[in-house]
Amino acid sequence: MDVTVLIANRGEIAARIARTCARMAIPSVAVYSDADATALHVTAADSAQRIGSAHPRESYLCIPAIIAAAERSGARYVHPGYGFLSENADFAEACAAAGLTFIGPSPAAIRAMGGKAAARLLAEASGVPCLPGDAGADQSEEALLAAATRIGFPVMVKAVGGGGGRGMRRVADAAAFPAALAAARREAAIFGDDRMLIEKLVESARHIEVQILADSHGNVLHLHERDCTLQRRHQKLVEECPAPGMDAALRAELGRRACALARAVGYVGAGTVEFIAEAPLRAESIWFMEMNTRLQVEHPVTEMVTGLDLVEWQLRIARGEALPFTQADIRLDGHAVEARLCAEDPARQFLPSPGHLTALSLPAEAPGLRVDSGVRVGDIVTAYYDSMLAKIIVHAPTRALALQRLADALDSCRTGGVRLNAGFLAAALRSDEMREARMDTGFLESARKRLVESALKEPA
Amino acid sequence: MAENIVTIRSEIGALVWKIAAPAGTALAEDDTIIILESMKMEIPIMAPHAGTVVEILVTEGQQVEEGQAVATFRP
Repeated sequence: MDVTVLIANRGEIAARIARTCARMAIPSVAVYSDADATALHVTAADSAQRIGSAHPRESYLCIPAIIAAAERSGARYVHPGYGFLSENADFAEACAAAGLTFIGPSPAAIRAMGGKAAARLLAEASGVPCLPGDAGADQSEEALLAAATRIGFPVMVKAVGGGGGRGMRRVADAAAFPAALAAARREAAIFGDDRMLIEKLVESARHIEVQILADSHGNVLHLHERDCTLQRRHQKLVEECPAPGMDAALRAELGRRACALARAVGYVGAGTVEFIAEAPLRAESIWFMEMNTRLQVEHPVTEMVTGLDLVEWQLRIARGEALPFTQADIRLDGHAVEARLCAEDPARQFLPSPGHLTALSLPAEAPGLRVDSGVRVGDIVTAYYDSMLAKIIVHAPTRALALQRLADALDSCRTGGVRLNAGFLAAALRSDEMREARMDTGFLESARKRLVESALKEPA
Repeated sequence: MAENIVTIRSEIGALVWKIAAPAGTALAEDDTIIILESMKMEIPIMAPHAGTVVEILVTEGQQVEEGQAVATFRP
């Protein structure tokens, strides 16, 4: 591909996309806000375009500014990365209207998967089991309570327009329902929409997702699963491939479900189908949650075990190439684990910790040890952007070795000026729960104090 | 009485995302006064007791530093 790719993102993912472009001898263009003029991702690309001021609304989320930057730079392709505009169908359309190829699925596929209720209907129509729930067509307390009773307590009450845990309550039984519903509604009303939906509560949940790759010739493959159970505030912090406890038959079944859904929306590119599972892993207790129509933060663990560069295949698919391999060709070698290094303070409920990065020490890359970083010493880590600074990914023959080596790599991470979650994550990787694969999505929060204490005891 | 007025401070560096309770609002303990945004996380600043918001010292969109006063409150 001898045409230029504009990378409509920042931080580690923009730098990582530029790395693959360079390896493929494809010119890349970075974009930057005023806060990022000297950022690592700007120097990682071949050239760079300013797109606006620090606030994301005025730069990385500003469609006209990004389209104008692409036109000025002569780019023909736009890679959206993750977050920002990556799942924005209007952006994909604006790219097409400007004669740019958006590296991702069609606007129609993005829209089909963008709405929770619509995605659920599509999944059901494709034979993909969904978590028992009620979309809340009737918002009266009586109707919602009847729905909760039909689904079976305990349930989750969730704001239809919610996210990040806002307007969300677990409800143990019918007696507690009215008060919980009212509390969730009050919280959601601040954001202008107090409509609620009801879902079955999965008590000990694991987050399992399947990576798919689809070309424009109708080939759809899956690249195995990832387990992303270690989370705080519904955001992943540690991801691994394969998922502990996953056997070949269940992997094939989840792969079948993910590919069926991708086919149902005419999906093209890399995407991820997310499931919630009740431990232990069984086909009948794994339900579809949502599809992410973009590259995921945690894609490197899939790259390590399959030997495929997902960004390379996104670029090749975008230029019309057919996937040259079949499902049977997709390797699953060893075990990979990723940890997200975030500027936050686990000792203070994971509060963000923006600041001036006066010192930074990350492990050096080596065989089986990959570091995807977006920062350098001297950077100002601002409140405007995500707290994730870098990712460390380890690949080893076994899960036990991978967990140990990643914990050791995290021990060597140091920052000055911002607090980092590295020691906390190392303690989580060394916990009995993680080593014995007994973790669930509530683990990091429920064990937070113990993990913070054991991180302090760890010899520096 | 002025001596009863307490100053509410931000615990972190952040942007002011939403003023949930303007001056004069009567609040219960733990009701939200201001919602900050930092690194894509929403951080509510809550009423320390039941009482009334006296003054909001920041505006939506403004940057605040760790420890900066953001509101005054009369329990």
